[in-house]
Amino acid sequence: MSDSFVTRDHNTLFASGEYKEQVERKRQFENPCSLQEVESTLEYTKTKEYAEKNFAREALVINPAKACQPLGAVLASLGFAKTLPFVQGSQGCVAYFRSHLARHFKEPVPAVSSSMTEDAAVFGGMNNLIEGLRNATALYKPEMIAMSTTCMAEVIGDDLSSFIGNARNQGAIPEDFPIAFANTPSFVGSHITGYDSMMRSMLSYLAERGGAVPAEAPAKEGAVNVVMGFDTYTGDFAEVKRLFSLLGADLTVLGDYSDNLDSPADGEYHYYYGGTTPEQVQAAPGAAGTIFLQKYSTKKTSVMIKEKWNQETVSFFSPIGVAATDKLLAEASRLTGKPIPEELIKERGRVVDAYTDSHPYLHGRRVAMAGDPDFLLGLISFCLEVGLEPVHIVCTNGDKDFEEEANELLKSSPYGIDGKVYIGKDLWHMRSLLITDPVDFVYGSTHMKYAAKDSNTPLIRVGFPIFDRHHLHRYPIIGYQGALNLLTLTVNSVLEKLDEDSPGYNFDLVR
Amino acid sequence: MSTIEKRLPAEKGEALIQELLEAYPEKTRKLRAKHFEVATEENIESSKCSVKSNIKSRPGVMTPRGCAYAGSKGVVWGPIKDMVHISHGPVGCGQYSWGTRRNYQNGVLGVSAFGAMQITSDYQEKDIVFGGDKKLEQMCREITEMFPLAKGISVQSECPVGLIGDDIEAVGRKMTKELSMPVVPVRCEGFRGVSQSLGHHIANDAIRDHVMGKGSLEESTPYDVCIIGDYNIGGDAWASRILLEKIGLRVIAQWTGDGTLNEVSIAHHSKLNLIHCYRSMNYICTTMEEQYGIPWMEYNFFGPTKTYESLRKIAARFDSTIQENAERVIAEYKAEMDAVIAKYRPRLEGKKVMLLIGGLRSGHTIGAYEDLGMEIVATGFEFAHKEEYTRTIKDLENGTILYDDPTAFDLEFLAEKLNIDLMGSGVKEKYVYHKKGIPFRQMHSWDYSGPYHGFDGFKVFARDMDMAINSPVWGLIKKTV
Repeated sequence: MSDSFVTRDHNTLFASGEYKEQVERKRQFENPCSLQEVESTLEYTKTKEYAEKNFAREALVINPAKACQPLGAVLASLGFAKTLPFVQGSQGCVAYFRSHLARHFKEPVPAVSSSMTEDAAVFGGMNNLIEGLRNATALYKPEMIAMSTTCMAEVIGDDLSSFIGNARNQGAIPEDFPIAFANTPSFVGSHITGYDSMMRSMLSYLAERGGAVPAEAPAKEGAVNVVMGFDTYTGDFAEVKRLFSLLGADLTVLGDYSDNLDSPADGEYHYYYGGTTPEQVQAAPGAAGTIFLQKYSTKKTSVMIKEKWNQETVSFFSPIGVAATDKLLAEASRLTGKPIPEELIKERGRVVDAYTDSHPYLHGRRVAMAGDPDFLLGLISFCLEVGLEPVHIVCTNGDKDFEEEANELLKSSPYGIDGKVYIGKDLWHMRSLLITDPVDFVYGSTHMKYAAKDSNTPLIRVGFPIFDRHHLHRYPIIGYQGALNLLTLTVNSVLEKLDEDSPGYNFDLVR
Repeated sequence: MSTIEKRLPAEKGEALIQELLEAYPEKTRKLRAKHFEVATEENIESSKCSVKSNIKSRPGVMTPRGCAYAGSKGVVWGPIKDMVHISHGPVGCGQYSWGTRRNYQNGVLGVSAFGAMQITSDYQEKDIVFGGDKKLEQMCREITEMFPLAKGISVQSECPVGLIGDDIEAVGRKMTKELSMPVVPVRCEGFRGVSQSLGHHIANDAIRDHVMGKGSLEESTPYDVCIIGDYNIGGDAWASRILLEKIGLRVIAQWTGDGTLNEVSIAHHSKLNLIHCYRSMNYICTTMEEQYGIPWMEYNFFGPTKTYESLRKIAARFDSTIQENAERVIAEYKAEMDAVIAKYRPRLEGKKVMLLIGGLRSGHTIGAYEDLGMEIVATGFEFAHKEEYTRTIKDLENGTILYDDPTAFDLEFLAEKLNIDLMGSGVKEKYVYHKKGIPFRQMHSWDYSGPYHGFDGFKVFARDMDMAINSPVWGLIKKTV
């Protein structure tokens, strides 16, 4: 059907002549810098001199690759059945957590706030907490509440334990209504710290509920628990379940938010779709062990399980690539006593076969990356096994332990020799690195797109958050299927660039 | 296509609200009851609306509201492109509001424009214990090193700043002097007030105290106007400016979409301030009226009917040349607007729409929907005040439900009972409705589309509403195969 009019949206409308002229007319009121000045300053920001000043920054943080604690706590809370995340503090924070997670997952994110305002700043947030519990349970009918805190509640020193006790005494919630809480100050650590604190609280609370002694839980033959860490790929949950099912292990994923953040469009909406049940948590200490698929985002949780559940714990960085997946399966096999089945060995072979097909396009290519510590270690491991050379590794929320481990990993391979690890640095530092010491491509979240564009570096979107590409989180990046998926993303991005840059004669039909 | 039901009469609306309120505990039920009203012939006529607004959200109800910081940094200050806006406090607030509002701006990001950036003091425990003023000073100095073309700095306070007693005003004074550019402290801590709304007010006051009236304009004309309260989401302000310029006006400032420090500082030379988002910038309009005698007027550039009306209203404030120009511009676009309506109206006629947006669009977009033959069956605001409700109610049809600060529960309940065809709200709400099979458009960010203002914007608006409602994907939603 042809229209008598043309619809141009934001993508093309403003490129038309009359809008371009408008830009010029507007400039006379902007007192703008001259175009030459802008041009020369842009060039200056690409110099080594600027990079040095950039790295000399001590106070200013520009485009960090981290979020704050309660965001991680909300994500962890969503991993439990019929559990409503409740954040004690200002309400704006919860609006931000919900929208941030919704933009990544393209899913609803139910969470409530106690909406504290000035009077709560003076008198404390107890009344808000009590009324909040009464309202939230009446409206959203959770069977459990997972409570975390914003920096407001932390600065004024709200005492969650006694407030919750008072809520019970006042009948706002039944005496036995389960509530776990974690203090999650946003001025300490990052989203992975908040994830860890909430996971620890949820697991210890549920495992010890009703006077249960976790260390005395009945042994479960062939059973094993997995904690995923701050992993925003619902596809990763599916991959782990698939691997363990092929292994024949009785798997419990502790904190499984994959169903709550990947629900069907079938004409109905429910607040709660899935998640780990209290019964599963109570039985979990009886398993042969708990495997942590991230270690830096589960530091406190793993210590708690080891000590209180008296259980063997195994912690890895994200099992990205074949070698890391091999290690995971070996440990899972050892813990459960189940041999690794032929089918998985064949599948591994197929992934390696794919590696052999693609290696000529990867070998020796220089790579930069930014993100969370566990995820970066996994990516480094993947790079080293396919011949990619990690060069700039920026971890805003990385600590000394991470730095040391990343350096060890890099040193373990000739492909890691040029790798340099930057902890506490941000994506504006990364911009300087990409410009002054270019690489072939960069792995990172959507937030990396600015530095990637400024330096003309192709960006392969991996990590969190991914706002501007759809459905990547539905596909795994861990396990054998994750390795294949990441390989495909990577090699095709390289091939795409070859086509894009081709002057013509090498616009090859077969690659 | 679903059959079009007759709109619920006022009594049915009242009964629905009563049923909804049953779910609340007693105290909250009593308080929430005051936030609803059903439009009746009587209150539409009298423009009387008793909806309570701009009061605290109840704890635990899943309010759609944000905070004062969101109203200041996210709305008012953030779009000023040649200033660096510090999210002062812990890392989160700036991270979550980084680039998500789509305030388009021309310029080189990180060199001459600083919009889609997250500049933060990333408070650590030691800053909470010892205070962050020294750090803030150092940050300001480092900003001039990193961004030599920045024209100024604003300090957008996050919750802890006000709680630990930092003196950002003193830092602002010291740094303004030292760096020879404005360093503006803004006390928009998230716990202040009840929503984004107080943040708007605080941000307006900071503009008044630190920027307004400080600039000079070389030559004035009788046709100088300012666009106030247009944040250039998806290019809205550009699609509006072009019409004002076509009728012969000279737009000397955009507040604040694609705006600059200079534009904010010369606005007091305007002959007439044109305000689109009344809620977020009425304060500065009344201030400029009091201090400089500049009159202001509201306009509405959503949908052709309101745009024609607004262009004529604006032109009426000027001479016959402008008035003739306005008629010529309207005539120039009318055929095209009629063609847009002729195409889309048959596809959208009678579709029932429910809206929940911030403080303007739940009322201002009604005309645009009606141009397409769509009906608003329920609407309301996150953070509006009484003025918005009394203005909106007169644009409603008998039986339309009005709500203030509705909870997720309220919206879901009403959407189901009213059997709506389209929901317009934000990203927190969006995916709930997708699950339910109810078409949805984000009406804060234009769902990554836009512009929606002006004639060019209406074409995009109509296309988007049509694609939302008439997409074949909804036909696949069912529980069986």
